[in-house]
Amino acid sequence: MTTTTAGPAAARKRRRGDVQGSGRLAVTLLSPTFIVLALVVGYPVVAALRESLYQRGQGLDANGFVVQGDKFVGLRNYTDIFTGPNSHAFWNAFGNTTFFTVVTVVIETVLGVAMALIMSRAFRGRGFVRASILVPWAIPTVVSGLLWRWVFQADGIANAIIGRQVLWTTEGFHAKLAVIIADTWKTAPFVGLLVLAGLQVIPRDVYEAARVDGAGAWQTFWRITLPMVKPVLLVAVLFRLLDVLRMFDLPVVLIGLHKDSVETLTMTAYDEATNLRYGPAAAYATVLFVYVAVVAYTFVRLLGADIIGEMRQPRAARPVRPKRKPLTVPREVTT
Amino acid sequence: MASIATIARGVVAVVATVTLAAACSSGSPKTGGSGAASGQLTGRGPITLAQGKDTSGNVQNQINTWNKAHPKETVRLVELPESADQQRQQMVQNAQTKSDAYTVLNLDVVWTAEFAANRWVTQLPKDQFDLAKFLPSAVQTGTYRDNMYAAPWKTDAGLLYYRKDLLQKAGISAPPKTWAELQSDCGKVKGVDCYAGQFDKYEGLTCNFSEAVDSAGGQVVDDQGKPNVNTPQAKQGLNFLVQGFKSGMIPKEAITYEEEDARRAFEKGNLLFLRQWPYQWALSSKAPKTKGKFDVAPLPGLNGPGAPTLGGHNLAISSFAKNKATALDFIKYLTSEDTERLNLVASSEAPTLASLYDEPALQQKFPYLPTLKASLLNAKPRPKAVRYNDVTTAIQEAVYSALTGKTTTDQALADLQSKLGPLTAQ
Repeated sequence: MTTTTAGPAAARKRRRGDVQGSGRLAVTLLSPTFIVLALVVGYPVVAALRESLYQRGQGLDANGFVVQGDKFVGLRNYTDIFTGPNSHAFWNAFGNTTFFTVVTVVIETVLGVAMALIMSRAFRGRGFVRASILVPWAIPTVVSGLLWRWVFQADGIANAIIGRQVLWTTEGFHAKLAVIIADTWKTAPFVGLLVLAGLQVIPRDVYEAARVDGAGAWQTFWRITLPMVKPVLLVAVLFRLLDVLRMFDLPVVLIGLHKDSVETLTMTAYDEATNLRYGPAAAYATVLFVYVAVVAYTFVRLLGADIIGEMRQPRAARPVRPKRKPLTVPREVTT
Repeated sequence: MASIATIARGVVAVVATVTLAAACSSGSPKTGGSGAASGQLTGRGPITLAQGKDTSGNVQNQINTWNKAHPKETVRLVELPESADQQRQQMVQNAQTKSDAYTVLNLDVVWTAEFAANRWVTQLPKDQFDLAKFLPSAVQTGTYRDNMYAAPWKTDAGLLYYRKDLLQKAGISAPPKTWAELQSDCGKVKGVDCYAGQFDKYEGLTCNFSEAVDSAGGQVVDDQGKPNVNTPQAKQGLNFLVQGFKSGMIPKEAITYEEEDARRAFEKGNLLFLRQWPYQWALSSKAPKTKGKFDVAPLPGLNGPGAPTLGGHNLAISSFAKNKATALDFIKYLTSEDTERLNLVASSEAPTLASLYDEPALQQKFPYLPTLKASLLNAKPRPKAVRYNDVTTAIQEAVYSALTGKTTTDQALADLQSKLGPLTAQ
């Protein structure tokens, strides 16, 4: 504890003393970075927000030419999304996006943890298994989308295995299922590998202590493995959440555009942009941006995944080992 | 400030780096705009040809020939992505940033109205082309409001592929001319599925639907540009497909077919009849199960030969380009008889000049040419609409829900009629 309180205090002192020297130097050295960030991150966001307040004329003049020019429409692009004549497209996409996010992340987390537990065991050819499990994740999404399209086509392997003809790429729940299967295949290994990295930093002696205490396999997993792997697992889940929320290429390649069963928010935004309605497209993108931000923020708040903090201070936190406390208590009781 | 605004546009649509670089390097982006729209084709010098991937490699050959003859007015090929949507997107972005990076645009036939109405392409002088020599249907695809904006270059129309051997075995000597004949032929041949086309929810569905409506004597959008699908003819057309799925004449899995899926099914020997583009001829002639066993015929219709949907590509000049006089000459060169003949031989892409279809030497090499010509003379373009993308999306939505049994034919067409109204209003 003393080290952590001393840290900020010392830093504060140093900062006050260094106003003339290194502080200015730091600003000078960092300013190119900030300029680049402002240009490549800040500007597009602001430009998209501005664009979302405009609408392009769709009318034709007497000679059949499109009337040029953008019109400022205030928040109409946004109100159109939620309540306009095409609002069902938004709500459908919103529902699909949320559905895919919840279902795939849950499945991938469970499968990923299971994979990590298997991979962390010592067995012959472990390196090979670990490398090969990464293969699906290394394949570009568009390629894996095509691959699964072949699997799910009318005379494909999927139908051969289940022994009846399901037309996977048509509208319906089976289309959703196809996307979920393909997405899980691709990204569960990613969760698995992150969790594996987390598993490997758990000290062996913790498990030995648990064994001495007579803890069963389930208890060991629930009381030791899961809590200790939690910081890494939360990062993995957060990454997956953000990724699924902007899912685009997999449903487009696997099922196709304009299929209501799998249309996601990014697909509606893309569709508007392709039809040159940049205002509504920007509005869709902004709504998605806000949705992603809200989900990420809620996730971090609710589950306490202090992403940056956890990554920065694992070494400082470890010597305290608060998680071991419950274990030491029963040991004292038993002795 | 102007250039920042143009870049802002691009950011929303995820601008390709190429376009960005072009927008920045074009220097004075405003000069091209106003003067260009007036249609003056002046200036000589190097130009570019923007088109999708040169899959046959022959476009580059043709450019090389041109460059040898015109060392001061060389042409450079700019290859865009393979998918049509992405080609259109890049051309649109090029136009919106008013860049002069693309001079000659290789436009899909359905884009003409949009590009013309937005003044992205320059009007072409009709009198400088011998339009009487071209297939009339192909010429039509390059016009907007009776003005010519694109020169017909390559064309395409649906054909009926059929298994000659199976029909002969069943004692049928000629391919069907009507839908009723097609159905009765299927009744006589056992062991294969009857008929398929491209019925997945994509552009192919729009083609197949327009074809069915046109072949029943209807029109999706009439000559005045008004939607016209709430008619008995349109109903008979759509019903041919809907009933086909219901009765099993069209196999259930055809609802997932795009061009290549349909081709695979035919080449596996699963289909008696297939509606397909001419490109399949060369491929099926090599496939072991269909080699020498199939032939093509014009598509059947309700009361006689049907009306296929026109595909193909035309050449237009970007409004924002320099050296438009060279561009015009280059287009004339590409659409000349010699160039089109050489291209047909090298790439088997259907030419737009009518006379080539009658040359015996070419007919010997491509036996389907007479059939294709007959089909092309009868072919109908897809709806001409400035907002074609929205139109085709609406068509796909309505037709797909009818084919999958979600709505009735009447309901689907009534919905489509009301949806197309505002989309085609001019």
